[in-house]
Amino acid sequence: MLILECPYCGVRAEETELHAGGEAHLKRFGPGSSDDDFEGYLFARENPKGVHLERWRHVNGCGKWFHAARCTMTLEVFGTYKAQSFEPPQNVKDAISAKRPGWSWRNFS
Amino acid sequence: MSTRLQTGGRLLDTSVAREFTFNGKRMTGYDGDTLASALLANDQMMVGRSFKYHRPRGVVASGAEEPNGLVNMGEGAFFEPNQRVTTTEIFDGLKATSQNHFPSLEFDIGAVNTYLSRFLPAGFYYKMFMYPRAFWKHVYEPFIRQSAGLGKAPKEMDADRYEHFYAFYDVVVVGGGVAGLQAAKAAALRGVKVLLMEQTAHWGGRAPVDGGDVDGAAAQVFVDTLVAELSAMDNVVMKTRMMGAGVYDHGYLLGYERVRDHAPKVKGPRHRLWRIRAGQIITATGAIERPLSFAGNDIPGVMLASALRDYVVNYGVSIGDRTVVVTNNDDAYRTALILKNAGLEVPVILDARAGGGGALAQAARDAGIRVENGKAIAKVKGGKRVKSVAICAQAGEGSVLEEIECDAVAMSGGWSPVVHLWSHCGGKLVWDDADAMFRPNPEKAPTGEKGEAFVLTAGSASGHFGLDAILQDATDAGKTAAAQMGGKPVDVIAPAASARNEAPLEPVWMMPQGANIKLRMKAWLDFQNDVKVSDVQLAAQEGFESVEHTKRYTTLGMATDQGKLSNINGLATLAGALNAPIEKVGTTTFRPPYTPISMASIAGSARAEVFQPIRNTPIQAWHDANGAYFEPVGHWRRPYCFPRTGETHAQAVEREILQTRKSVGLLDASTLGKIIVKGPDAGKFLDMLYTNMMSTLKPGKCRYGLMCSENGFLSDDGVVARIDEDTFLCHTTTGGADRIHAHMEEWLQTEWWDWKVYTANITEQLAQVAVVGPDARKVLEKLGGMDVSKDSLAFMEWKDGVLGGFDARVYRISFSGELSYEIAVPASQGRAFWDALMDAGKEFDVMPYGTEALHVMRAEKGFIMIGDETDGTVIPQDLGLHWALSKKKEDYLGKRAQERSHMVDPERWKLVGLETLDGSVLPDGAYAVGEGHNANGQRNMIGRVTSTYYSPTLGRGIAMGLIKHGPDRMGEVVEFPKIDGTLIKARIVDQVFYDKNGDKQNV
Repeated sequence: MLILECPYCGVRAEETELHAGGEAHLKRFGPGSSDDDFEGYLFARENPKGVHLERWRHVNGCGKWFHAARCTMTLEVFGTYKAQSFEPPQNVKDAISAKRPGWSWRNFS
Repeated sequence: MSTRLQTGGRLLDTSVAREFTFNGKRMTGYDGDTLASALLANDQMMVGRSFKYHRPRGVVASGAEEPNGLVNMGEGAFFEPNQRVTTTEIFDGLKATSQNHFPSLEFDIGAVNTYLSRFLPAGFYYKMFMYPRAFWKHVYEPFIRQSAGLGKAPKEMDADRYEHFYAFYDVVVVGGGVAGLQAAKAAALRGVKVLLMEQTAHWGGRAPVDGGDVDGAAAQVFVDTLVAELSAMDNVVMKTRMMGAGVYDHGYLLGYERVRDHAPKVKGPRHRLWRIRAGQIITATGAIERPLSFAGNDIPGVMLASALRDYVVNYGVSIGDRTVVVTNNDDAYRTALILKNAGLEVPVILDARAGGGGALAQAARDAGIRVENGKAIAKVKGGKRVKSVAICAQAGEGSVLEEIECDAVAMSGGWSPVVHLWSHCGGKLVWDDADAMFRPNPEKAPTGEKGEAFVLTAGSASGHFGLDAILQDATDAGKTAAAQMGGKPVDVIAPAASARNEAPLEPVWMMPQGANIKLRMKAWLDFQNDVKVSDVQLAAQEGFESVEHTKRYTTLGMATDQGKLSNINGLATLAGALNAPIEKVGTTTFRPPYTPISMASIAGSARAEVFQPIRNTPIQAWHDANGAYFEPVGHWRRPYCFPRTGETHAQAVEREILQTRKSVGLLDASTLGKIIVKGPDAGKFLDMLYTNMMSTLKPGKCRYGLMCSENGFLSDDGVVARIDEDTFLCHTTTGGADRIHAHMEEWLQTEWWDWKVYTANITEQLAQVAVVGPDARKVLEKLGGMDVSKDSLAFMEWKDGVLGGFDARVYRISFSGELSYEIAVPASQGRAFWDALMDAGKEFDVMPYGTEALHVMRAEKGFIMIGDETDGTVIPQDLGLHWALSKKKEDYLGKRAQERSHMVDPERWKLVGLETLDGSVLPDGAYAVGEGHNANGQRNMIGRVTSTYYSPTLGRGIAMGLIKHGPDRMGEVVEFPKIDGTLIKARIVDQVFYDKNGDKQNV
């Protein structure tokens, strides 16, 4: 029963208020893309033991999608941020680096 | 025999007698008794039969760890199986019956299994029941079903009430023994908000029984003082009869409060499930004594040493006149001394340690008790009751030196901290050689959202056994937890208390050390699941070396035990068999709940109609009043049909269809999803969402659209109406509104967040009625107010207006093939509007129709239904819906996926109509078979039926189905095997069975 702070409404929401949406920062590949790119977009997912960037929706709340950076091992939450971002904001990256020096996730570190 | 002592018990009120029955036999106990103590006071030693061998089993423990004493409680709507006698407080009228025996507890046929035990070793299910194959269905499965499981499931709905309770505390202390009380006090003095819970009805835990002084006074005085102090503090809430059931992520804790199990006549909920968010959790859950593994350690009368003294001190119950004590540590001497002081005989204390015990052993000798060092039990003799023990040397192989008559055995293999709650959320353990136990490793605590440790342990749960160390540890835990939560820096000092003055324990995992196989086959590790030393050794021998595999192969520590009694002995036996250190073997996973909690408490008030509230349309009351037969559709209950007196449902459906096609019918279509999509980029957005082009739709027009997932599969369909330049209204399937609205929001928020679009789900703001049939226009004209002629409102157009006095939006769309209007009015006027339509339609014999008529009429027209023709693997191309796939658009959700090789495979099954040769109705979901057989010897499948109905309009069965190469095989006949083995033949035809040119809907 995780607690995540919704970056829109500021509510510290319990998991029953939230809906998990899988991996964050997927790049969409549409018509014209190669089979490999499309397969990667549709099916390939990170499954890290450690730092992970995820999508969540405050579904029984303000209804907004947001991103969470957390550790899948310790359940520590490094920060949440708006879904309208192409990468974690610097303060979230700094928070991860402070706790997990040398971390990396896909293209981010 | 076991009996009540004249001395009374610490927890008893002997002035209040309580009457109860066990297996129909009337018995008497006292206020304060548990069912276990009351049964034992009535010499009911045997309480059940074991799981696999149906051996007689008696009470072993005095608390939550009891493995054998599980009984049925109550009757009828108050029946509940698997209730633990040691944690059930008795009350007047309690009715308990024993479980797992046939025909009776005293005489049980299944007990023959004990003589077959050689043939029922670990993993016997897997070994025995494989061959011959035919035996499974008729011999093995019925046998296993009859004999497996503990209690029987209740037959009636639970008549009690249950509730959830949400609570938030800075510090929650689980366990109300001296450690829990002291930790709560230390935290509370620092000003934080504290909840203290204790699973039994009493504060103080074991200390008042086990003795020792605090601040120069008896432990009971200390307990009483602490309880009084805590009760007076505003920032402390204290709850007895409440168990910490499980610790979960980020400080989530479940508390299971048994509000009135002990007083069923009191009003209120029976159980209350506390859903607690705790800043810090302190588990002061104590420790559980371990049994010793010797032959016959499961015979009724063999009990944990601590339990034996609990029954004497707390309940004034003597388990037997002559008790042999067997131990590998000093603590069990306390039992011997207490028995002796109560005037009972202790013929001998068998101390497996060659060097014997310390001060307590000396005290026993001083009391005149015979103490034998380096000795062990070779075997306990007796059947339904202990008769004697055979004594041997612990170092030997079991040669009997002496036999001593006795009627009880008190065993102690040392203590294990209760680490369950610590472990639930990832707390790690460390092996403690001195006390031969796993204890929590404070360096590796469960972590919370900031990465901080949020669980602490206190007292013997940490692995401390002296009162002084327990209280120091508890004080520290309370202070630390409070400091974490921003408590005031008040210094709290632990009281002075007795130290542990004991000789070291020596681990004993097998008694005697070199026990032969005959003895090992009668030495139980897990009483509840009938797992013996020999089973674990066999598992290791057969290669189940991981502790998790051994657990599953032998069932060690499964079910309600969750490792309470069996864990360490089982691990040590496995470690011995593998010749590995215990800490390398590790433990199995401790899973919540600590002890079973009622299913009803998990449901809380969410039962029956509250479990999943039913959604009603504004017209529902009319359906109820007019005899509608309902079917569930999503969260709605929609009328399936409106049967008249004497009519079957099929007859009603037929009548509704014929009448609608002949004159006019009404459908309550309010459940259809209605989503407003608005903004400058609304058209662009819908172009991505739908496979068709929506941005070119003119205001005032409607268009049928398909929605696919990014995987390419059909997800929803419906009619889109363009309201104005910026605004669209999207209809979704019934039950699809919430899902599609969420789908829209997801794409808008996470992919196209710069597009200027808003969405709103207005499904419940509108009532919607379909007026369908050749006379539909006449009915609306009778209501008056709007020009609904073909010229003014053509097919696939919509118009706002006032119809018969109602603010209405009229769509000319048709799902039946008839002249049809769907009319939306404000929800508040839905019922009045329906009534007005019924009234106006009277002269045309208007009838309401239900969902089945809707389905049949759409199938007659060859229209697809999401969920019938689609199942999450079907793409629009499969359904011949190419006309709805825009070729002008570069992109839409699903477009790229539909280009994948499997999606363009010409072998995909495609939609066609099916017409049975004999006019009968194809079975729903039937498969079409083709030439040849597959690898399993079954006929190859070439398609399946997706929709099938009797068409009253055509007077025959019609169907749609997905058939391999279907559209290219028009006129061919395919075969569908039925369940009875016969075949039914159908011809492949166009799926539009009725009014192929659409003349009727376009008038």
